Amino acid sequence: MKKIALILAIGFAFIACDNDDETTTPVVNTDVNFTFTQNWDGTDIQNADYETTTYTNANGEVLTLSKLVYLISDITFTNAAGEVFDAGDYNLIDARTGTNTSFTPNIEIPEGEYTVSFTYGFDDEDNVDLAYLDLNSSDGSWSVPAPLGGGYHFMRMEGEYTNDMNALVSFQYHNVRANRHSSLPPGPNTLVELQDTSIQVDLGTVDIITGTSIEVKMNVAEWFKNPNQWDLNVLFTVLMPNFDAQLMMNENGQNVFSRGAISVNP
Amino acid sequence: MKRKGHILLLFIAICVASCNTDSVTVDPSNGYVPTPLTLEVPQLFAERILPPVIPEDNPLTEEGVALGKKLFFDPALSLNGAQACADCHRPENAFTDPRQFSVGIDGSVGTRNSMPLQNLAFNFRERFFWDGRAISLEAQIFEPVTNPIEMNNTWPNVENTLQETEGYPLLFERAFGSSTVDSVNVSKAIAQFLRTLISGNAKIDRFLLGTEELTPSEANGLAIFLDESRGDCFHCHGLPANPLWTDNAFHNNGLDEIITDRGLGGVSGDPREFGLFKSGTLRNIEFTGPYMHDGRFATIDEVINHYSEGLVFSKTIDPLMKKVAEGGVQLSEEEKADLKAFLLTFSDLEFINNPDFQN
Repeated sequence: MKKIALILAIGFAFIACDNDDETTTPVVNTDVNFTFTQNWDGTDIQNADYETTTYTNANGEVLTLSKLVYLISDITFTNAAGEVFDAGDYNLIDARTGTNTSFTPNIEIPEGEYTVSFTYGFDDEDNVDLAYLDLNSSDGSWSVPAPLGGGYHFMRMEGEYTNDMNALVSFQYHNVRANRHSSLPPGPNTLVELQDTSIQVDLGTVDIITGTSIEVKMNVAEWFKNPNQWDLNVLFTVLMPNFDAQLMMNENGQNVFSRGAISVNP
Repeated sequence: MKRKGHILLLFIAICVASCNTDSVTVDPSNGYVPTPLTLEVPQLFAERILPPVIPEDNPLTEEGVALGKKLFFDPALSLNGAQACADCHRPENAFTDPRQFSVGIDGSVGTRNSMPLQNLAFNFRERFFWDGRAISLEAQIFEPVTNPIEMNNTWPNVENTLQETEGYPLLFERAFGSSTVDSVNVSKAIAQFLRTLISGNAKIDRFLLGTEELTPSEANGLAIFLDESRGDCFHCHGLPANPLWTDNAFHNNGLDEIITDRGLGGVSGDPREFGLFKSGTLRNIEFTGPYMHDGRFATIDEVINHYSEGLVFSKTIDPLMKKVAEGGVQLSEEEKADLKAFLLTFSDLEFINNPDFQN
């Protein structure tokens, strides 16, 4: 008898809860769109600027860009209660062609206020050699050779600059996980150290509602500026196996990204 | 019980119908369904890169591939009935032409080297020809038939010829459900055949699968290939993560100071793309000479020498071309020999000699 009473009580309690829920606002889940834009100290970089518009870096070298492709991953939403929402996906952006400059992570989150962040590149947990068939198939291959530690490029920025001898020289500002070698050139047995040089980017707090789109800006000039004034005459090529250059890229990359406009598409 | 049996049959019929609709073309007029064919994707490809590109409107079928093969080797596609696709795309040369420029039916000579045909189903960019002007394999096939310096035919003429040729109407009916020959189905059938031309069993593949070792010279060649300061071949020609050994993208690789053939730029009209041509795959490079879009280099040695000492500057040269002012990366003779030894590990005799790919 006591059991029956208990069951009835629990049953009433559930019905009561259900009735209460009907009076509250239902939770609305939404996905969130991101757009990736690029600028040089505030001046937008568009397709027409590649190979035509000249920029002057902090060290005074005049350069043009021909390629700018970069990887972001793990866009993460954290609410005030500390709940973390992360689709765990990634996006390879080709700035020149505009490929993947709009990206919607494969996750829906309840509307509300969130701290939004992402990883530039892959952190060590995700930077798994050969793991991503689409990246293996992209851009020849977005992969990094095994002698350099494997995994994937974070960025390929390429172009030309005028050097100290007034000659036009190509540069390849390729950012990968830092890899130190016992001797160079790298070979099958020269790798002695790997260091995660991905960058955690905090985009601040955003009120997410249905249709929210967040602009993520890349200031390309920052890669050459702060805290390391980049001298292209010295650091223009063969940067992938250059451990110190990769650390400098990591330091300069801390202020490359910022949150731009937030819009709501109906 | 009997009723249950009917329901079961109906259910199976619906399932089968659904599967067929997803995988092969059904001619609504007669319900004919050709036999679906699944590409045999090499293990390394399946493990490392995306699946092959198969258009929804041209799924592979046994009958379609068989028809495509017959058409590929049939000179009936040319105006004078004397030249087949295979005359300029020879199986023993990984389906390219050992001549610098192919010769058309009237003796006309082209200006570009015939491209090898292998692993085309894995061209994820879907830009074909040296200049990328065809945006699908089917579209690419349309051109040589009517090109005045190649087969110099017209599609109506091809259709009439094939329609009147014994056997073809039946083959078209088996492949596409209609005995009426039309140019679209000709291109679809040939495209189906070309998608079966997969090379994935060279020494480099077996090395990457762990079943065969490289010699010290080949291994050193791989190291040079992957080294930014020496070969830096991998940024355009891929690396072990991408067994296609090409990016299928377009580059100016420092061949000429003055651009006379605009390549991709001739198609797009964008001066920034003048002189850009597709990176050729290194697969079967032993058999695909001469090299470059204009076949200017007869040997692999000449190609290596070009990147080592022969680069010249032009406005659209790719930034990946290093030390251009010095002519290139200045490989030693030993490094050149090792790099060549490595490149020869791309030879896939199983592909070259595959009877399924021969006439």
